[in-house]
Amino acid sequence: MQRAVIPAIGAATAWRDAARQYLAAGVPPEQIIWGDSAAAPDLFATSAAPAARAVPAVPRSFVSMAQTVVWHNDPERFARLYAFLWRLKDAPYLMTDRGDAELSRLRQMEKDVRRCQHKMKAFVRFREIGAPDAPRRSFAAWFEPTHHTVEPTADFFVRRFSDMDWRIVTPDVTAVFEDGTLSFQDGQAKPDLPEDASEQLWITYFRNIFNPARLKVKAMQSEMPKKYWKNMPEAASIRDLIAEAPARARAMAEAAPSLPPARMASVQAQLATYASAWDGPQQELPAAIAACTRCPLYKNATQAVPGEGPTDAALMIVGEQPGDREDLTGRPFVGPAGQLFDQVAGTVGLDRRQAYVTNAVKHFKFVPRGKRRIHQRPDTTEITHCRWWLEAEVALVKPKLILAMGATAAEALTGDGTAIMARRGQVTQTAAGQPVLITLHPSYLLRLTDAQAKAEATALFAADLATAARLTA
Amino acid sequence: MAKQTLEQKLAILSDAAKYDASCASSGSTKRDSRGGKSLGSNEGSGICHAYTPDGRCISLLKILMTNFCIYDCSYCINRVSSNVTRARFSVDEVVKLTIEFYRRNYIEGLFLSSGVIRSPDATMSDMVQIARKLRHEENFRGYIHLKTIPDAAPELIAEAGLLADRLSINVELPTDAAVEQYAPEKKPAQIRKAMADVRLRQEASKETSFSGKRPPRFAPAGQSTQMIIGADGSNDAAVLGQSTRLYSSYKLKRVYYSAFSPIPDSSSKLPLVKPPLLREHRLYQADWLLRFYDFKLDEITSVTTDGNLDLEVDPKLAWALVHRAVFPLDVNRASREMLLRVPGFGVKTVNRILTTRRHRSLRYEDLLRMGASMKKAKAFVTAGGWSPGGLTDTVDLRARFTPPPLQLSLF
Repeated sequence: MQRAVIPAIGAATAWRDAARQYLAAGVPPEQIIWGDSAAAPDLFATSAAPAARAVPAVPRSFVSMAQTVVWHNDPERFARLYAFLWRLKDAPYLMTDRGDAELSRLRQMEKDVRRCQHKMKAFVRFREIGAPDAPRRSFAAWFEPTHHTVEPTADFFVRRFSDMDWRIVTPDVTAVFEDGTLSFQDGQAKPDLPEDASEQLWITYFRNIFNPARLKVKAMQSEMPKKYWKNMPEAASIRDLIAEAPARARAMAEAAPSLPPARMASVQAQLATYASAWDGPQQELPAAIAACTRCPLYKNATQAVPGEGPTDAALMIVGEQPGDREDLTGRPFVGPAGQLFDQVAGTVGLDRRQAYVTNAVKHFKFVPRGKRRIHQRPDTTEITHCRWWLEAEVALVKPKLILAMGATAAEALTGDGTAIMARRGQVTQTAAGQPVLITLHPSYLLRLTDAQAKAEATALFAADLATAARLTA
Repeated sequence: MAKQTLEQKLAILSDAAKYDASCASSGSTKRDSRGGKSLGSNEGSGICHAYTPDGRCISLLKILMTNFCIYDCSYCINRVSSNVTRARFSVDEVVKLTIEFYRRNYIEGLFLSSGVIRSPDATMSDMVQIARKLRHEENFRGYIHLKTIPDAAPELIAEAGLLADRLSINVELPTDAAVEQYAPEKKPAQIRKAMADVRLRQEASKETSFSGKRPPRFAPAGQSTQMIIGADGSNDAAVLGQSTRLYSSYKLKRVYYSAFSPIPDSSSKLPLVKPPLLREHRLYQADWLLRFYDFKLDEITSVTTDGNLDLEVDPKLAWALVHRAVFPLDVNRASREMLLRVPGFGVKTVNRILTTRRHRSLRYEDLLRMGASMKKAKAFVTAGGWSPGGLTDTVDLRARFTPPPLQLSLF
């Protein structure tokens, strides 16, 4: 029989070294008695190290699990780990078998320790033990963890509170951080910590952030079990808060609505002066478009996207509707289709900045699909509602030529959105008699996957842009 | 009036902040204060430092800078027409409270909100000043969540995003019409624009420049929003429709649902009700199904005729009960997508099933050990040693999951 004693401080490394040694020497689990320093020695055991051979490979996932499980308070933890390690030697796939009873048990222990570590990070409460104006302040806490979690959790406190001295005293192990160095000592009895004024403020906060109208005591207790309450200053108020809650909620419900204070009238008068008003015919249009609720599209979109460009432009370019980018930025033609337009226009010498650019429909129409927005073509009703704004823009700019890109723009301007391929490149007229040149929409070019078809369509599009440039020159 | 003490102000201004549901401190950049020059850390996952008896977690010091407000939102305790006691923190008081609470391990950081005073810009610039002081003077590396004021100047929002981990703006109510009715000074279009702006700034901050340098991260823990449930007449389909739009349009991290809760000194425009806590819970469950279980909105809301979620059973179970034709599923053969639709199976359980069944076929006991809630799942799956037989199609299957009927009391 072998006897392995694992010390309380440094248990993870000690167990790992011992297990590695036994595994290398081929000592089966039933030949080893594992114990921590508190366990009684066994009469028949020897603690002499066995002869070592090469250590077999162990899955990394087991090592990381073992590094957590060793801190569990189950006296069998070391033996359970070694027994599973022994099985793992011949069947490394066992680590991925979540239905295996022994692995399931170890994973549960791992979860217990992790939860205990998490609760320690949450529920340790420091009190100041030094002078508040000292260059390096010092704090101390008393805590009673369920498992042996002080050592594996101490580094969290080092990462968080490195500009102060602190110590966490527990009955199990005590962690001390002084002048940037962390050390561990044996467990101690509960120390007498001095009163701390901030504690009273914390209790005040706890009492006031609680909403008595929504009492859910079980939800609280499942996350903050009673065993932690005795070391948390705020927990002493819980009983009163629960007891008073129904009466406080009833009082709120029964109280009649009150009259507004005298201050309200003056505040609202002041508020009215902040509201901005548009004046002048030119500025009025964008503001009116932004406030548009003529059709339901405004409900889902971020904002209306009005036209952009010089109001004395010779050419007015009309697209379909804002896309994802345009909806976010509030500017027309900044997305992928707008970029393609700029690129093709550049090759035929058409400068977009010289033109007034707008859309037939001013709000983005889409359906949410997971985390993306899928573009939807506006229907006739929406186009008709939005024609109101398009006509206002046409009246404002009075262009020599309107370039209608795609079916929606053609429908909005000429009342007919069909047979775009056949009608493209020709100049027709709006109902009011303005010349309209119909062409393809750049996003149609983006959708084409066949390289040859794409090249052909791009050539047609470029030819139309060249026509537009020629007619407005 | 006598000068208020810090403790009195804290009582008033934390009481005023409690109607905001969010207290998350997760998902930001990882950082710590090793080296002794700064204070605080952030490790990705949030920590709840305490729980109040309303079951909510306290992770952040959640306070208002001031509860003076020039707006008159009917549902809000701080509206201008309310007679609640008013208070205002100075910048230094908020900084001191945050640091002293943080050093004693009470909190993960600060969640600062405010009533609107003087003008939106003036309020926002005070809030930004608090965050600036915490970051640059106190070298604070913990979590900061700032509630932005929708119509504040873009430069202020830009600075706020660089100092804070998360920004949020509340849409308040599920429909524009309801916002106009109950919060007359708030403009839904302006709120959406502000959220669009945050998304654009976030995306711009992720792009590397030509020299490979990265700009500082803008609001690394993302943005969130909150909707009040049960104050207006919107049904759950409208609420969830609004949140899917918000998730897809502005890449929100979370939409919080807050059951309309009685407030002291209520407004005559909005009568008080018992907070619909169960409805709020069902909405969160549905929200999860939409984001992590690949459910479509109409699949969840078409289960009932009035567009509200079933309050008696959770939305996934409600869906399964009306789509029994696809069940029972064989856990050893079914696809991941279908396994995710089994009531009682979570994402973790499904992942475990998928890895384990590569080696061997699964039995009923295996599912128990993998963390499945078999009380719910057993009617919908087959496994080695288990077949639900006629259970899947029994008439009273629903009754097994609903709370027992209560007899009405005469008194």
